[in-house]
Amino acid sequence: MFRSTHLTAAAAAAAVIALALAGCSSGDSGNASDGPVTITYSNFISNGGNEENLETIVSAFEAENPDVTVEVTTLPYADYFTTLQTDLAAGTQADVFDIEYANFGTYVKDGVIAPLEGVDTSVYRESLAEAYASDGTQYALPSSFSDVVLFYNSDLFDKAGLDYPTSDWTWADEKAAAAKLTDQAAGVWGDYQPITFYEYYKAVAQAGGDFLSADGTATAFDSPEGIAAAEWLVGKSGTVMPTTEQGAGTPDYDSGLFLEGKLAMWHSGIWMFGAMADAPFTWDIAVEPGDTEKASALFSNAVAVSATSAQKEAAQDFAEFLTSSKTMVETRLDAGWELPPVADDSLLTSYLDKGAPANRQAVFDSLEAVALPPIAATGQTEMQDIVTEELSEAAAGRKTVEEAVSSAAQRVDAVIG
Amino acid sequence: MTALQSPPASVVVRGAPVRAQRPTARGLGRPRRSRLRYALIVLAFLLPSAVPLTLFTLVPMGAAFWVSLHEWNLIGPMKWVGLDNYVSLAGDPDTRRAFGNTVYYIVGYLPLVYIGGLAIALALNSRMPARAFLRGIYFLPVVTSWIVVALVWRWLLNPEYGVVNYALGLVGIDGPGWWTDPAWAMPSIILASAWKDLGFVMVILLAGLQAIPRDLYEAATVDGAGWWRRLFSITLPMLSPSTFFVIVISLINGFQVFDQVYAMTGGGPAGSSQVVVQQVYDLTFRYGRAGEASALSWMLFVVVLAITIVQLRGQKKWVNYA
Repeated sequence: MFRSTHLTAAAAAAAVIALALAGCSSGDSGNASDGPVTITYSNFISNGGNEENLETIVSAFEAENPDVTVEVTTLPYADYFTTLQTDLAAGTQADVFDIEYANFGTYVKDGVIAPLEGVDTSVYRESLAEAYASDGTQYALPSSFSDVVLFYNSDLFDKAGLDYPTSDWTWADEKAAAAKLTDQAAGVWGDYQPITFYEYYKAVAQAGGDFLSADGTATAFDSPEGIAAAEWLVGKSGTVMPTTEQGAGTPDYDSGLFLEGKLAMWHSGIWMFGAMADAPFTWDIAVEPGDTEKASALFSNAVAVSATSAQKEAAQDFAEFLTSSKTMVETRLDAGWELPPVADDSLLTSYLDKGAPANRQAVFDSLEAVALPPIAATGQTEMQDIVTEELSEAAAGRKTVEEAVSSAAQRVDAVIG
Repeated sequence: MTALQSPPASVVVRGAPVRAQRPTARGLGRPRRSRLRYALIVLAFLLPSAVPLTLFTLVPMGAAFWVSLHEWNLIGPMKWVGLDNYVSLAGDPDTRRAFGNTVYYIVGYLPLVYIGGLAIALALNSRMPARAFLRGIYFLPVVTSWIVVALVWRWLLNPEYGVVNYALGLVGIDGPGWWTDPAWAMPSIILASAWKDLGFVMVILLAGLQAIPRDLYEAATVDGAGWWRRLFSITLPMLSPSTFFVIVISLINGFQVFDQVYAMTGGGPAGSSQVVVQQVYDLTFRYGRAGEASALSWMLFVVVLAITIVQLRGQKKWVNYA
């Protein structure tokens, strides 16, 4: 607190703004010079256990391109987009940086990412490459894709004498098993699914509903399906899943609980395979249970080249290497670090027998019915924050599920309309 | 960061401010050139503070005002909207909530930190063993990073496993949900803030206490005044310049409360501890609404300026520079 009598409020926002106003076009035109070149890469994809795997890919690129040095900055996902936003405003962004599909449209519209010319998009999974193109121009390259599956601790299922989850499971099966597996006295919980926007839109799809209207300007989740989805998530808190007071929502709380063998079922992404590799018990995965429909969350990450990069050529070379090289495919498959976005499915077959979990086929089975994150016409982050906040209120028992869903819909409509 | 600032000139100057003689061209009888030289010398001495003030406060404030007249997501082109941002913010319940929570914070924090700081200053002003050590202990939180303090307090106030609720449980009290409960989120922040700033207030008041002449107390004691009588008739009136300084600074800083909110609750749960600066931060860096954020910063600036002016005017009534 007592650090300054000036208005930090005005100063903080304005410092950034002043930098932006001062004109941040430090980049020259994008011709690669002949001498040694250094490019920067800012990412979140390797944070939390895959830093060395990224290093492997970067080293391979540098070995192939001795003139180019890549400086990597890794940030946690939670801080990444705030940092990127600030960097973009100040003109200090890296030459190559990670983006998410949800922000892709804004970046293209505001001209902060460079069009990528001469990329052979046929090497990429078609739907992923298309997602990052706009009006026939490729603006970013998919770096990976991943889905969310149901992790389960086989030992806890054995102890309770229950059958393991299968891809035919529905919410009812999961609910019944979770209740039997929960032993609060022993600190063992049956289920864990974050009560957030990211779980909710998927649950709405699993219940057979829509989250947004087709044009993304109005909500559609204040419906019986939307309420059923909210009840599904909220109903777990405090019964089969720990509450916020007990630690839910704290970073790494859920993965820690699972690793300790105190969590029987866990809704999480396949990017956690590596972190769970050394778990001292048997575990496996299944396609997420649905309600009236199956729907699994599919995420893809991508990298873009800064529009003001002074080294566009080298930057694009690196972006292509990072997203399509053989080293990348091998590294990702070996480490179980999400899936390489390659078109050739035969390259992925080795993924199936890379160790735990045994049922890796579920990763591909999940792709048969996917729910993509809803993209609002405007106010994406606010929409996500509002939905998470209202659901948390319901989970804490301060609102009924109906009140929370209806209030969320009204507030989101006011923002995205 | 945590530098202790010298009080504003009007606080330290003793006696009624003397109206400076207006140097007119004829009145002072100085030749024009020498006056220019004088002005340049004054300017040279001011440079070390004038340059940073201009570059890092005045220019950004001006830029923020310019931005506040636009719709801008920080990275795209700016769109002129005139005063629309101010109009929409004035009617926005989120703005009212943010100002309301900020005032709530100040109302809870200020008495706590002042009375607590005064109590410690009084205790540490008397002779006792290890006095310097104790003063150091109380000052330690002031120079500790807010992030560290906030994380520690989050643990202390953890509803399930925290020491505070454990201790309350021992005496049969079922502790509240603290930062997970909307009703207790702001009290949690107030508690942590008062704890952290206690040492700062103590140091200022201690300095004020030591400037009070001892003979006043001796005379009062001879006249039969007890401890409370001496406190209210000598200590508090003689301490009023320090008190005034503490209140002015605490109010300004209270309106700008941010670090502890950001680190302890992020404004939640459900916006129950959302304060103005956190709102500015969210609008700018999370939601890409820099225009509205800048407008909100300016609204905050005007409010703080107005309150400070009222305080400076009002001090004549109760601040005693004798």
